[in-house]
Parts: sequence; C-alpha cells; structure tokens
Amino acid sequence: MKIDITRAGFLTSVQDLGRLGFRQFGVSVGGALDSLALRVANLLVGNAESAAGLEITLGGLRLRFVDDRIVAWCGGEFDARLGSTSVAAGHAALVRAGQELMFNQPKIGCRCWLGISGEIDVPIVLGSRSTDLRTSFGGFDGRALRDGDTLPLGRNSERAETLVNTLGEEKIAHWKPPHDWSSPAQREPALRFIRGVDWNRFNDEAIQRFMNEEFSVTAEADRMGARLDGPELKRADNFAGTAAASSADLISEAVVPGTIQVPPGGKPIVLLGDCQTIGGYPKIAHVIGVDLPIAAQLRVGDRVRFREVSLIEAHQLLAERERDLAEFRVGIELHVR
Amino acid sequence: MEITPLGDSALIVRVRNQFEDAPEQTSNEVLRALRQIEDTRIPGVIELAPAYTTVAVFFDPLRVMDDASRVDHVIESLTQKIHEAFSRGGRRKQRDKCTRLIEIPVCYEAEFALDLEQVSREAQIDPTEVVDLHRTAQYRVSCIGFTPGFPFLSGLHKRLATRRRSIPRKEIPAGSVAIAGAQTGIYPMKSPGGWNIIGRTPLRLFNPQKDPPALLRPGDRVRFRAITREEFERLKR
Repeated sequence: MKIDITRAGFLTSVQDLGRLGFRQFGVSVGGALDSLALRVANLLVGNAESAAGLEITLGGLRLRFVDDRIVAWCGGEFDARLGSTSVAAGHAALVRAGQELMFNQPKIGCRCWLGISGEIDVPIVLGSRSTDLRTSFGGFDGRALRDGDTLPLGRNSERAETLVNTLGEEKIAHWKPPHDWSSPAQREPALRFIRGVDWNRFNDEAIQRFMNEEFSVTAEADRMGARLDGPELKRADNFAGTAAASSADLISEAVVPGTIQVPPGGKPIVLLGDCQTIGGYPKIAHVIGVDLPIAAQLRVGDRVRFREVSLIEAHQLLAERERDLAEFRVGIELHVR
Repeated sequence: MEITPLGDSALIVRVRNQFEDAPEQTSNEVLRALRQIEDTRIPGVIELAPAYTTVAVFFDPLRVMDDASRVDHVIESLTQKIHEAFSRGGRRKQRDKCTRLIEIPVCYEAEFALDLEQVSREAQIDPTEVVDLHRTAQYRVSCIGFTPGFPFLSGLHKRLATRRRSIPRKEIPAGSVAIAGAQTGIYPMKSPGGWNIIGRTPLRLFNPQKDPPALLRPGDRVRFRAITREEFERLKR
C-alpha cells in the first residue's frame, strides 16, 4: 500500500483537482495545472476523477512499485518506460510488484500527470490533497518529492482490480483517449483567449501586437505562471500611481489561472494554478478554460500566439469537451466490466 | 454595480471604482454585496472572495449551463441572479454592522524592526513616534492575498506612508509587520517581499490545519499592542 520514489526528478508533487473555497483567505486553487489530464489518467486507472496523482515536471522520476497497480499518464511528450517497455500517454498499464516506472525528459512540453490506481493517500488539508509548494502545506509533507520518499497508496478500486486481471497478459491497454487530451503539448501553441477587464486600457498598437505577434516563454516559468518575452504591450492611459507612495498602479482585485496580466514593463505573464488570488497589474486577457492544458505545458523557448474567441464560444467548447468526456467515461466502463 | 467576466469561470462585481477616498464605506459596501450574493446560494457558484472594491464570484460554467439549460447564457443568467440578490438583500435587515475587533501583539524592538529607521527618515519623525502612530491607530482588513492569510490593512496614519523598498528582500521572517504605501500588513510566513518592516508579531496568521485557516477575515478591525521581547517569546510558545 505504498510506492517508493527511487528518483524524485526535477520537480514532482502530489496534486489533485485543487483547493476550492479558501480564496477569500488568499489560498491558491493549485492542483494539477492540467486538470483534464489528471481526470483522464484517473479514469484510465479506475480511480475517481478527483483522485490525487503525481505532477511530474521535466522528468527524471523513477518509481518502484511494491504491489500490483494500474497506472496511466497524460501530458507533454515524455518517454515513460516500464523496464524496457515504453508506456505511451493515455494507455493504462499494469505494473507488477517490484517493477520500476521511469519518466525521462520530455521532447515537447514540460509536465505530465500520473494516475496510480488506489490514489496517493496523503492527508486532506483544506479540502484537498494538493501540494501548495509556495506555502508548504498539503500533499506529501507540504513539499516536492525527494529521492527515497515513500508515498502511501490507497486500496485498488474494484475497477482497478478488474483491470489488473484483464491486463494480465497484454500489460498495456489498447484503448486510449483523444490525442489532444493525452498529449496537449505543442511547440508553437496558439492559446485562445477572451478579453480581460483592462483590454481597453491598452493602445491600438499593443492590441494589434498581442493578437498578431509571437511571444516566447522566458525561464521565469513555474506553477504560478509563465513570463513571456516579445513585443512590448503599452497602455493607452497613464496609470502611474497617483499617490507617490503607491507602487501598485491599479487597485488589486481577483486574478485566476489563465489570466494574462501585463506589468509596467509591458511583457505579459500567463498565470497558472498556483497564482496569487489577487493582483494589481492590468489584465489584458484570459486563456480560456479548455486551453489551460496547453498553457500548462509552456516551457522556456516555446513560441506562443494568442487568438481571440468569444466568451460564449469558450463556454460551448467547455460543454463540448465535457460531453466527449462523458462518452469516454462510458467507453472506459466497457473495458473494466 | 458593474459585473464583468474574469475569464470563463469567474466574474468580478465592482462595487465602487475608488477605495482610498472612502475606505470605510467601500469596505462596508463590498462586504454587504458579498453577503447578499452568499445568502442567495446561486447554483453553480463555487466560492466568493472580496477585495478592495470588488467581489469575485467563482463558478463552474457547466453547472450554470445545466441550471440555465442553455450554453450561451452563463453570464446573463449569473448576472441576473446577482442583481436579484442585491435587490432582495436591500430590503433585508442588515447584519453586517458587527465586525470583529482583533488585537495583535507586536514587538517593535530594533531586532525585529528592520526598516524602522527608513520609515522614520521618510516620514521625518523619530522612530518612537512612528511606533506610537502605528500602534494607536485602528485598522481594517481590506482584503487577504499575496500569500495565504496576508492581511492588507487600511487606516495607516498618513504620515507613515512609505515607498516600497527598491530592492525587495529575498526572505522576510514570518510575523513581520510592515508598511508599503498607505497600507500596513503582516507577513504570515517566511516569504520574499518589498514592504518596510517595523515589528514582528508572535501570532500565527495562517494555519492550514484550522478552518478557517486565517486568523483574520476581510472586514475585521485590527489594533496593534506593543509588547516586549520577553512577552514575544512567551506568546510565541
């Protein structure tokens, strides 16, 4: 009922779907930066979709199993191996006691999410098993995993046990989710956005640049957000603080994962799951919910473009994806019966 | 009352456009709006969070769609329900008058007051007077953010307004009481930051093992009480 972390890799943490209900106290939502990837991985291994799994950043992870488990992962283009067998994204695989699962560096993207049947059974803190790395609580001891850690696992669900039996021969399932769910990373992604409240504060040139030009991801990219480089986005108005003592130029208000804010230097930042709950920089736009999985893969050097959609379209896309997910759920049920 | 989308899963309800001109009134109005929306229990709304002049409403678009039984009406449907909440709430007896008053012990001694000199120089008053002005005022939590449990307090004496440090510190000790601009605040945990530190509290402002996890809530009134180094150690335990 545990798993050994032989090598923790660059940055691996326990994450579920995040921590809701505490933003009024300044607690970030956090959780898997690509919640769809974790939900799908969980479905594939017979877990509840909200179960806690591992978020793996840039690979280097080695896990040794002490009992039979079903695993599945989704995310960037990682090379995952079970001994000498390659485990492709989106395929459930049976891991026997004593076997080692390994994640090497990704070719495209930077993160992936691993679901393990029985889920990672760390204590629930403020309604979630997610690790809040910035504040050091939740998850496993409130921190990223280290070499030699042992994580507690829960009991395999009935569905997972069925999978252990059916996959006994072939080891790796042949069924898989749509490609863009299991492998959303792109080297030159176009992120769809809707306008932010401060859209009109930017001058025409800035708006044209934002919509037509390319931005590159800087090394300042983590779970809080990714700072971009590229054309400078100037504002139309002069928002230099009126009070000399104030360095914040707007009154702070809520920001969310996906918010694209523009600090005084004119270089945008795409906020991700561990972002602060409030911010004072102008919000030019928001990456739409269905494209957050792509944003979660941004890595230094990647080139990004932005494409506008309407809020209604954003909601339609979300509804469509949820319908597809419901169908996929039904399909999965057929395999675990 | 202006309602604007904040991405596809949140809204911002703007109660006023200014804060500094009337902090007390603005805070009251924001908290009233918060309670009115809260009491309405709008289907699909996950949580609410107040800031200086706004209330953020976080929702699950899929549940709102189910409730409105159409995909293209999420914002309209929520906006309407929020407006209804305000008109209903307006007739109800106001229960938001009673706010808590919380006393926070602070040791202003030199060991903890890393930037007291700087504040005193900028205000052109001597350090003891800075401390006196800071500990005798009454403050109010305008919002909580930056890090979990970090209270942004309004009510700082005008003379104490101090610019942020030009080079932020990489690590500010937990409990540090600090000033930036017209505000004062408390760092709940060790973190980087650019505020001017003038003291330290032994109290724990954020504890994830508790619910609520933060000592302070938006709207709370706060007073500081100067304590000695000995008392700091005693309370710390």
